[in-house]
Amino acid sequence: MHELSLAKDIVEMVYQNVPAHEIKGVKFVVIKVGQFSGVVSESLKFSYQAITSQTDLEGSELEIIEIPFKLKCHNCNMTTSNEFGMMICDECGSSNTEILSGDELQVQEVKLNIAVEETA
Amino acid sequence: MNVVTIERKVLQKNDEIAAKNREQFKKNNLFTVNIVSSPGSGKTSLVERTIEKLKEKIKIAVIEGDVQTDLDARRVSNYHVPVVQIITNGGCHLEANLVKDAMQNLDIEGKDLLIIENVGNLVCPAGYDLGEDYKIVVISVAEGDDKPLKYPKMFMNSKVLVINKIDLLPYVNCNINELKNNALKINPNLLVFETSCTTGEGIDKWCEYILNNINSEHSEKV
Repeated sequence: MHELSLAKDIVEMVYQNVPAHEIKGVKFVVIKVGQFSGVVSESLKFSYQAITSQTDLEGSELEIIEIPFKLKCHNCNMTTSNEFGMMICDECGSSNTEILSGDELQVQEVKLNIAVEETA
Repeated sequence: MNVVTIERKVLQKNDEIAAKNREQFKKNNLFTVNIVSSPGSGKTSLVERTIEKLKEKIKIAVIEGDVQTDLDARRVSNYHVPVVQIITNGGCHLEANLVKDAMQNLDIEGKDLLIIENVGNLVCPAGYDLGEDYKIVVISVAEGDDKPLKYPKMFMNSKVLVINKIDLLPYVNCNINELKNNALKINPNLLVFETSCTTGEGIDKWCEYILNNINSEHSEKV
C-alpha cells in the first residue's frame, strides 16, 4: 500500500534531477528494488503510472532492477541466500552475518529521449 | 538515450527528516520507541500497561498513529500523559514528517520516554525511519507462529519482539517456541519479551527493560 507514496517520492526526485525543459523527454526511470525491500514492483509501476498520468511525465515508465537477497557470513566467509530473508548462514548456520544486498530501494538513473532534449 | 545518474535512496527525504527528529530526541534526552505490529495485536494495551507501571518513575509522552479516529489518543489520555493523535486518512504507515509535525503539539520538555504507536500494519511501517531509538514489533499469539517468516522485514528491522496475549495460548493454534524460533531465524539479535496485557504477566520485565534504556540514555548525557 505504501507504493503510492514511494512513487510520489520518485517523481519528486526526477523533477529535482532533470532540467525542467527535459522532463517531457523522460522515457525510463530505473529503480533498484531489493527482494526484501518490502515493495511490490508491479504495484510501484502501477502507482507511478497513475500519478504521472496527464503530467509531463506521462508515458514514461519505471524500469525495475530486482536485487536478490545476499548474506555474508563472518564465520565461514561464504555468501549465501535464502528465500525467507533469514539472517542465518545457509552453509554453517551461524548468525554472525551481514546483509550484502536485498534491502535496497534506490532511484538509479533516468533515461531520456535525446531527440526531445535536442529540440528543447 | 541520454542518461541522468541519480543513485539516491527513494526514502532519502524521509531519512533526512528522521535524522532531524532523532537529533531533537537526543537533545531532549528522550528514549524513543516506535511500536509496530498488525492491527489488533495489543499495541495500545501495551502502551497503557507501560504507562500504568512507569508513570510514577518517569515522564512519558505518546504519539498515536491510526488511519482513522482518535480512539487511541482518548484511551491514552485517561492516564494523564501528553498524547497527540496522527490520523493518516488512509495512509498505511507513519512517516518522519508526520512525527515532526506532531511534535509541534506535544510537550516533550523534561520527558524521558516517547512512545510512538504506529499504524497497525506488519508491512509498510518497516521501511520508514521516524527517528526512534528502536522499533519494537508486537505480535499476539492469536496471529500464529508463522508470521515472522511471512513478514520478515518487520522482524529484520526491529530490535525487540514482544509476544503478547500469552494468556490465550491454551485456546489458539500457536506454538510459542516455534514463533520465537521463526523470529530469531529472521533476526538472531531480537530481544524477546512475552506479555499478557490482560493478566499483567511479563509486563514487569518489559518495563524494566524500558527503564534500563532510559537510564543509559541519561548517563550518556552526563
